[in-house]
Amino acid sequence: MERKYEVMFILRPDVAPEEADKLIAGFQATIEKGNGKLVSNEKLGNRRLAYTVRKFNEGNYNLLTVEADGSLVAELERRLRVTEPVIKFITVRMDEEEKRIEKVRKLRSTRVKQSTLNAQAAQAAHATEAQAEQPAESPAPAAEATA
Amino acid sequence: MAEERTHSAPREGSAPREGSAPREGSAPREGSAPREGSGPGGSRPPRPSGGRKFFRRKKVCKFCVEKIDAIPYRDVRLLQGFVAESGKIVPRRLTGVCTKHQRRVTRAIKQARNIALLPFAQRH
Repeated sequence: MERKYEVMFILRPDVAPEEADKLIAGFQATIEKGNGKLVSNEKLGNRRLAYTVRKFNEGNYNLLTVEADGSLVAELERRLRVTEPVIKFITVRMDEEEKRIEKVRKLRSTRVKQSTLNAQAAQAAHATEAQAEQPAESPAPAAEATA
Repeated sequence: MAEERTHSAPREGSAPREGSAPREGSAPREGSAPREGSGPGGSRPPRPSGGRKFFRRKKVCKFCVEKIDAIPYRDVRLLQGFVAESGKIVPRRLTGVCTKHQRRVTRAIKQARNIALLPFAQRH
């Protein structure tokens, strides 16, 4: 079973876009060689860093979504550590989280249907009650008018 | 007279010990005590210890109400609502978040701090 990971890394802001693409292609090759799959690659662009990292105040953010197993992720992290333009990275495991979200969403969808069932039952009950109340209601306002 | 002196000495010795511990413990509470007076109709318990309102206006957990499932570390704007100006994580008694979501928020904030999306500390 493949595990899903999200790898976010920051490149130095002064690397040329072509060089950045070359580096990402290199990471992709590492993933493919290790029987992994690169699901998506998001370029979040240059952003201000919240604190100074290696004397930089801005960084080029990239997000890779990878389907791989643990040893491949360890290898990828080793490469990220060694690559000079990468100043920070973080790997987060996402498959457990996604499983939980799916479960919650499914449970929520079934719960909603039950509440509508209850509403339907209540509506049916209200209809019968309204029919019973109507003859009772008409003498009531008449009594109030006289009083 | 000698008895008075012996009685007073241990009293002075023990009083600072007793006085300092609760003072340190309740100092952060006293620091935010002014908020008690401005609470909208919250009952003010007279006891000095604790000193908080009971159920602060029945504040609801934002995530439970809006049914937000995932709290990703990438969503800086969402997380910034739970971080003070100094960069500290806001306690859940102030934001009204439930325990489950507070734990997830904390984890996301710490991940965001590691990837320089949120600061560890800012000038105060």
